[in-house]
Amino acid sequence: MTVRILTGNESAAWGARLARVQVVAAYPITPQSPVVETISAWVQAGELPAEFIAVESEHSAMSVCIGASTAGARTFTATSSNGLAYMTEQIWWAAGARLPIVMCVANRSLAAPWNVLNDQQDSMSVRDAGWIQLHCRDNQEILDTVVQAYRIAERLNLPVMVCYDGFLLSHTAMPVEVPTPEAVDAFLPPRPAPLQVIDPADPRNIGPVVIADRRRDAGGVLRGGYMELRAAHHEALLSALDVVAETADEWERSTGRSTGGLVVQHRLDDAEVVLVAAGSLVTQLTLVADGLRDRGVAVGVLGIRCYRPFPVEALRERLSGVRAALVFDKALSYGYAGPIAADLRAALYGVDGAPAVYGAVCGLGGREVTPEALTDAALSALADARAGVRERAVAWVGRLSEEVSR
Amino acid sequence: MDPFDAIAMSRPARGEAGRTGDWRNARPVIDASACVAAKQARVTCQICWAHCPDACIEQGAPPSIDLEYCKGCGICAEECPAGAIAMVPEAEHGVCEAAEVEER
Ligand code: SF4
Ligand code: SF4
Repeated sequence: MTVRILTGNESAAWGARLARVQVVAAYPITPQSPVVETISAWVQAGELPAEFIAVESEHSAMSVCIGASTAGARTFTATSSNGLAYMTEQIWWAAGARLPIVMCVANRSLAAPWNVLNDQQDSMSVRDAGWIQLHCRDNQEILDTVVQAYRIAERLNLPVMVCYDGFLLSHTAMPVEVPTPEAVDAFLPPRPAPLQVIDPADPRNIGPVVIADRRRDAGGVLRGGYMELRAAHHEALLSALDVVAETADEWERSTGRSTGGLVVQHRLDDAEVVLVAAGSLVTQLTLVADGLRDRGVAVGVLGIRCYRPFPVEALRERLSGVRAALVFDKALSYGYAGPIAADLRAALYGVDGAPAVYGAVCGLGGREVTPEALTDAALSALADARAGVRERAVAWVGRLSEEVSR
Repeated sequence: MDPFDAIAMSRPARGEAGRTGDWRNARPVIDASACVAAKQARVTCQICWAHCPDACIEQGAPPSIDLEYCKGCGICAEECPAGAIAMVPEAEHGVCEAAEVEER
């Protein structure tokens, strides 16, 4: 093990290198570009025996990953923002074809208007595509999560998106423990045989049209239609709840580092209000909670590491007996609410003793999220919770409405 | 889990894409008097066979078409150099004639 000073993007590249990725296809986009620049430099220098395929778009990047992963290669790519939006069609294909591709998303706002800075609207916009989505709090977790992601992906034949905040993590350097290749090899075996072995002696049609009805195949076996394949995919994704948690435990046993399984928690004991978020905001919120605890306010933090599948049981358990949960979303389902807030509300619906769930939107397009603003939001949630408020409009944290309208 | 129950995948075989003949609304009909192969009484030309995307044309003079799987795309008719294949609406073959529809 070596400690290096790495940016989030370099940590992602190190994760891919230690996982011994075999095919990397990518197209540059801010703030992800340094991930694949780093990898391509390693490939060029002969330090990483992988095939680096430079493509003309993100749609093609994911298409190449789909082809390579179908053939059995361990495949990697990274993107952000509009690049992710551009590859959306292939994102759905990769999931439905059950390919264990790992993709890093350096989270960035979506245009219009153009803005290269951080929020989480990009990965949120593909949360329904059937990928596992893991969020990282810091650069160490990025490296650790990329390696874990391959184990999870290859066990379940599902693609994994490793999300981390653009610039806040992608371009910020911090000390990161880089495990030895031997340690990672012991944790992550080579990729098992893919679902679709390409063998001239037993040829297959891969990805043919699947009709609505069930039908008998050429061997007379009754096969599912589109709905059965989709249901199998959904069930595989739900089973990822156990696999994500187990994999994090095994990683902790082999490296001594805890990355959190489904959720990470901080000072939940007797908490009256729990602050919920995903990504680097979780690190920031732990400091906010510590400050409030020093002032005698019982505040805790629940970080969502695994956003898809959504860890319903873990959240219910951790939030039972809490007065209110305040969710900070760096994204918005326009016309409704923040995605994590809406999901959490649904997960807690009808549960006895469940907290009121308040939503707050912050940090869109890189708007600075200050500890003061988070503290104020937590205190106003506490006041509302004590006053028995159950429903509240989405609060905007750090929105300069008065100044703008003047 | 059987991989065939996890992803869209099949072994190439007759009818593996389903009964594509059900999709057809016009059927290719070969006029043997115009077909190059039939006129030469030899398995020549076979351009229709080479182009059929469903592999449901069998070589011959003239070739024959498996209507169980012919989806009616019309590619064979388009490609036939002799114009020997006509795409005839299914209604003219009576398949679409709903039998007695009861008055409700
Ligand atoms: S080319 Fe099309 S119309 Fe002709 S036989 Fe094949 S499926 Fe039928
Ligand atoms: S393409 Fe036309 S002429 Fe040639 S074999 Fe087929 S039907 Fe006959």
